Amino acid sequence: MATSMHAGMTPAPLHIAGERLMLDPAGLLAWPARQTLVVGDLHLEKGSAFARAGRFLPPYDTRETLSRLQLALRRWRPARLIALGDSFHDAEGSRRMAAEDAALLHRLLAGIEMLWVLGNHDPAPPAGLPGTAVEEYREGRLTFRHEARRGALAPAEISGHFHPKATMPTRCGGVTRPCFVADAWRVMLPAFGAYTGGLDAGDPAIAGLFPRGARLFLLGRDRLYSLPTGPVRARPAAAATGSAKDGAATDTGAG
Amino acid sequence: MRTLPEPFAGWFAARGWTPRPHQLALCRAAAAGESALLIAPTGGGKTLAGFLPSLIALADRPRRAGPGALHTLYVSPLKALAVDIARNLLAPVEALGLPIRIETRTGDTPQNRRARQKEDPPEILLTTPESLLLLLSQPEAATYFAGLGAVVVDEIHALAGSKRGDQLALALSRLATLAPAARRVGLSATVAHPEPLRAFLSPTGRAGDVRLIQVRGGAPPALSVVLPEGHLPWGGHMGLASAPEIYRRIEAARVTIVFVNTRAQAELVFQALWKLNDAVLPIALHHGSLTIEQRRKVEAAMAAGRLRGVVATASLDLGIDWGDVDQVIQVGAPKGVARLLQRVGRANHRMDEPSRAMLVPANRFEVVECAAALEAVRHEELDGDAPRPGGLDVLAQHILAMACHAPFRPDDLHAEVTRAAPYAGLSRRDFDDVLRFVEDGGYALRVYDRFRKLFRDAEGLVHVRDQRVARQLRMNLGTIVESPMVKVRLRGGPVLGEVEEWFVSTLEPGDNFMFAGQALRFEALDAMSAVVSRGGEGELRVPTYAGSRMPLSTWLAARVREILHEPRKWRLLPAPVQDWLRLQRRRSALPEKDGLLVETFPRGGRWFMVAYCFEGRLAHQTLGMLVTKRMERAGFAPLGYLATDYVLATWSAFEPEGIEALFEEDLLGEDLEEWMAESSMLRRTFRNIATIAGLIEKHHPGHEKRPRQMTMNADLIYDVLRKHEPDHILLRATRQEAAGGLTDVARIGLVLARARGRIRHMRLDRVSPLAVPALIEEGREWVAGGAEDALLAEAAALVEEVTGGDEIFAETLAEVTEGIRVRAGVVDTPRHRHGKERPRRARFVRSAPKSLNDA
Repeated sequence: MATSMHAGMTPAPLHIAGERLMLDPAGLLAWPARQTLVVGDLHLEKGSAFARAGRFLPPYDTRETLSRLQLALRRWRPARLIALGDSFHDAEGSRRMAAEDAALLHRLLAGIEMLWVLGNHDPAPPAGLPGTAVEEYREGRLTFRHEARRGALAPAEISGHFHPKATMPTRCGGVTRPCFVADAWRVMLPAFGAYTGGLDAGDPAIAGLFPRGARLFLLGRDRLYSLPTGPVRARPAAAATGSAKDGAATDTGAG
Repeated sequence: MRTLPEPFAGWFAARGWTPRPHQLALCRAAAAGESALLIAPTGGGKTLAGFLPSLIALADRPRRAGPGALHTLYVSPLKALAVDIARNLLAPVEALGLPIRIETRTGDTPQNRRARQKEDPPEILLTTPESLLLLLSQPEAATYFAGLGAVVVDEIHALAGSKRGDQLALALSRLATLAPAARRVGLSATVAHPEPLRAFLSPTGRAGDVRLIQVRGGAPPALSVVLPEGHLPWGGHMGLASAPEIYRRIEAARVTIVFVNTRAQAELVFQALWKLNDAVLPIALHHGSLTIEQRRKVEAAMAAGRLRGVVATASLDLGIDWGDVDQVIQVGAPKGVARLLQRVGRANHRMDEPSRAMLVPANRFEVVECAAALEAVRHEELDGDAPRPGGLDVLAQHILAMACHAPFRPDDLHAEVTRAAPYAGLSRRDFDDVLRFVEDGGYALRVYDRFRKLFRDAEGLVHVRDQRVARQLRMNLGTIVESPMVKVRLRGGPVLGEVEEWFVSTLEPGDNFMFAGQALRFEALDAMSAVVSRGGEGELRVPTYAGSRMPLSTWLAARVREILHEPRKWRLLPAPVQDWLRLQRRRSALPEKDGLLVETFPRGGRWFMVAYCFEGRLAHQTLGMLVTKRMERAGFAPLGYLATDYVLATWSAFEPEGIEALFEEDLLGEDLEEWMAESSMLRRTFRNIATIAGLIEKHHPGHEKRPRQMTMNADLIYDVLRKHEPDHILLRATRQEAAGGLTDVARIGLVLARARGRIRHMRLDRVSPLAVPALIEEGREWVAGGAEDALLAEAAALVEEVTGGDEIFAETLAEVTEGIRVRAGVVDTPRHRHGKERPRRARFVRSAPKSLNDA
């Protein structure tokens, strides 16, 4: 696995459960020791899912997402790619892909071991694509799953699902970016798809998973910007009703 | 027609009225079957004039029943106005026993009454542009409007030139196809340029085909400027220093409307007045973010004479006449003359008595602006924008609505659309591209064919696919796109109104803010609303709303420049302001009428540059981005800038030199395109266009979407579309609207043209008197796009500085989790290391850009 930097892109190391992981400013996570690259919610074919419902979003999201993935794959040259679920916006997504886009995806995955973790949007393995589909996957001390599991972990978890984003205060107002959220047991990846928005990392659905506080890594053009968050404050009952699903719906619209 | 026919003449006489000349003139135009535009000041019996010909015609007409009975359609921008007019019209109709039914149809009309109106329409129907388009999208529209004799468009000056106006113009064009004999009547307040309004009303799009009836005169308004006692503020826009004076004036009058410029200002002024309100005068609050019920309650109390004062925003600019208002107070600069007169006209609705109004400037520049506005009113000069082409997003909505009505031929629809004045110049290419967008998105990559909304039959007729498409359209109809809002609800109580979502996102439970005239404490955000309780204490925040401040009009800006430059005109200004200008003349120079004064001076380790452009905040914002970009290239290391209505101020690490080069005219061509594409203004424009055109939905059948879910994808869509199909019709529409509609780009052109060869650069050793208001202004800006990362870097570096540079990543995490007992089996939790021996991980935390460190 290539560990050399692509011009201008500076990943940040993160140690979790004794493993050294690299957070990539493009929003991916690399595990150099296992030659593995991990990507969060791709939501491929979200555009065409909306088109089916009468909203003609530009049909270029799959192409855009894949070309961003292509850059990351060139940068890291991994032996294995793990997609953390919601890789397609819906179960029929893989069948709707334009021929060109499908060909590009096949090319990207050639010679790479592909692991599709299943998500709530794509509960079945994608049709006609290489790779293995799993509900969750455990290797060494790390468990890869779509949605973070509440409570104690054994020992560490890599997840997606929530599309975390955060706003960093600057002297000219807040700047909002997708972000990683991490503590000593978990890393939550930002969504990777071109049409995926975000849920604020302070939302109880996310913050509740990091009761002792966490560190946020906001995606920048060529590096990450780190911001600590405090432990979750006791919030009134009304706040807790904003469930995880509500939050995720922000990003996934018709889902 | 010299007099009115009976029984109308008798009815007028019985009330001691004589028909006014313009009322008779409209009757004559109607008798000749001509369309007419009536321009008259408020209080001229304008509305009755618009309806008289219809009442006369209907008095003699045998009563019809069923579809086709509709004779007169009235369209107003306000639902409340339609309801009020209906009430007023009932007086003569009932007194004379005329066989006329008058009904309203708005978004509030219950379903059963709509159904009944469809079967058995009234003679006169009062509605809004949105409800009219809904009616026109029905398959039965052709028979429904077949008997139409007249269309009355009220407050036409407020509609023309806006997207709602575009929508209405297209609807009128369709009405002309369905009922070619129907004449049109436009009712307008006094405007500077009636020609665009005539064209807007015209069935052909040509002004000459509409008769113009103008009522001049009325008593000129009595205006004065009121300054706060004691110190005249240097900066600020709220005008709170004048609260005691405003309160005294309210006490001394019967009923006062206190107009302010923003909703935040309304809350603050309202609060300030109640602090002084020892006499417990009934003073209310009215602005667009309060609930409808709340606003109606205030309006009803006003109409019933139960209020002594109301603090209001533009939400009361239009609307129902209250005869009892005897005084208008404008707090903050008026920003435009036409707007000022509109507001002043809200006092005293009798034409022969002057309206009384007071202007309360909030700072020194606003004093000059108020003086300029007063002078303009005295000379009866109004400002007004040139008409802009109709929006392509509105056209997209219209095309789909027309397809829902009945199959059409593209040629016919194109011809009909171009008869509407805003679309007279619409190219066939744009029309066809919009049509294709409605059909299947109109993308070069044609992958949505099987999802298309429209299809063409063998004869070339365009049909809508199914009723689901029609239902979706009807749920999303309209051209008003609001920022995502969140309801504010008292715990266990009613909804108080709405604030913008971003404001709520900055609140922590326990934070206090001011809204709906009350101090509130934020408790929590539930699924639908922000839950609050009464009685917030301490520092109160006030919600602000994006884009709520109007920029200074070009025309008023020119007058301000003239006064500043012309010491003879200073007699119009109060003594402290005169002193201020004299000091400026001594220390630096006065801005010239034609030319550009630029000052540079060091302050606090930075170099400031202040350019006195006077072209409005929006134009200055854009100019600021362009100029700072050049400064960066020139190596001055600009750190930030700020735009007010009057000046552009920048600050940089190094002294700016060669000022002329910074303001050269090619600035526009060279950098504008690039900057524009990245700017938040263009993104905002795209979001509105994408929403109106139907790309992003406000509502989806079966899913009641929360508004905050609407916005999120517009930026992502914009980025993807710009990269993969930059010439798509929606992006063309976005650029067209941003360049033409918002006029600020044109205004930058004016600044640069004025500056050419006429820049006066004053290099000072300290801040000049005129620059002080700018430097204490809030709301400083940083260059968008690339600079965001610089800001992030700076902020991250600061955080790091505070938390200690050595404890990043695992170390930090360990510290965060220090003290937590490590569970059995979790052996590898990193322990906190005191990092003295550890070097900084320079690869991650790089130093901030040089320019930032120099600050």
